[in-house]
Amino acid sequence: MLDAALCVVRRDLLLAWRRKSDVATALLFFVIVASLFPLGIGAEPNLLRGIAPGVIWVAALLSSMLSLARLFAADHADGTLEQMLLGASPLGVIAAAKTIAHWIISGLPLVLIAPLIAVQYDLPAALYPVLALSLVLGTPVLSLIGAIGAALTLGLRGGGILLSLLVLPLYVPVLILGAGSVEMASAGMGGEGQLLLLAALLVAACAFAPWAIAAALRISME
Amino acid sequence: MNWFWYASPQTFYPLAGRVAPWFGFAAALLAAAGLYVGFFVAPTDAQQGEVYRVIFIHVPAAWLSMFIYLVMAGWAALGLAFNTRLSGMMASALAPTGALFTFIALWTGSLWGRPTWGTYWVWDARLTSELVLLFLYLGFIALQAAIDDPRRADRAGALLAIVGVVNIPIIHYSVVWWNTLHQGASVSVTKGASMQSQMLTAMLLMALAFWMYSIAVSLVRVRCIIRERGEA
Repeated sequence: MLDAALCVVRRDLLLAWRRKSDVATALLFFVIVASLFPLGIGAEPNLLRGIAPGVIWVAALLSSMLSLARLFAADHADGTLEQMLLGASPLGVIAAAKTIAHWIISGLPLVLIAPLIAVQYDLPAALYPVLALSLVLGTPVLSLIGAIGAALTLGLRGGGILLSLLVLPLYVPVLILGAGSVEMASAGMGGEGQLLLLAALLVAACAFAPWAIAAALRISME
Repeated sequence: MNWFWYASPQTFYPLAGRVAPWFGFAAALLAAAGLYVGFFVAPTDAQQGEVYRVIFIHVPAAWLSMFIYLVMAGWAALGLAFNTRLSGMMASALAPTGALFTFIALWTGSLWGRPTWGTYWVWDARLTSELVLLFLYLGFIALQAAIDDPRRADRAGALLAIVGVVNIPIIHYSVVWWNTLHQGASVSVTKGASMQSQMLTAMLLMALAFWMYSIAVSLVRVRCIIRERGEA
């Protein structure tokens, strides 16, 4: 069972490595969206410091969602997904493995590049660890919830737009807690409460999302 | 009486046609009574004046918007568990009514907020959760509209409704902790009502009227869905 999961993770990472431009596009999107806000609302440093956590989190949300549409699409198109459904290893495990691979491809780079955006927004250096930690805890939840939506919209007309309509409302708690943790820390109250709640969300999503993803895949592949 | 007899669209179709007008009739009577008590009998509010009377639309609509989502998710879960065709149809028939009540609650709330809070919209916990609820309804409707095969549409919508119902408490508490301005509930099961009894009567009458209306229109709509799919 674990072998199958490891095999799927390794395969997806290898595929992503062979097509690096896909990964780079999502990352570039994140940087560009985050850079647009100062141009739109003015470059007043105090204002930027105030909105930085929210902007970084919204950009992370959108960029993680962009890559979701591709999560199952290629495997669906060439029939690999059907073989995975028929295979001996539980579908939930495979769904979890694909989600982990998706996070490593789309979530982890965001965590690594977020401090750069934080510099653009003149966020105090003391907040970088909180920001990084909130992203480390929050972006896997985004991948897990998003994968349910991706599985439900598999092969539908206008899948990308539909996916955002389904998934973005469900992302609200992650956004509020993620951006909230950095804001609380910058107000000097410590963001531990929000970070613990984010961790709780992550645990709950890890426990339940793979089943929901598997059920959604079965519905879509009938 | 065997309730499962009515689990089939063919037998449910005539039953829905027979009872729907009665629910509609009850809704009209209750709404007339509720509006009469609300506008002519209930006293003027000491602080807010006449403007508070929007409560007789606003609060029942907000209750129904949440209640209908629960009922919809319940039908969805039944459909996934027992693989009954009618359950999915009931869930799709309820979604537009739920979205309508969510919209009414938001709309009347903003009209009420303008004279009392001085603004049409604030990013307050309850308003935000209600807005997210509207998005969840619209996502459900959009997902079902995008899928051509009705069986797949039912089951995909069912899964989405269940994921949404798990998320609603999480969304609600996350926005409550985030920000809050909306007054607390005026009616609670544990503490009783903190309002005048005629106001409460009018509000409960309107809530019942909305409830009956929801049943009536969803029965009519489920008949249309059964017809569309050629099952009766």
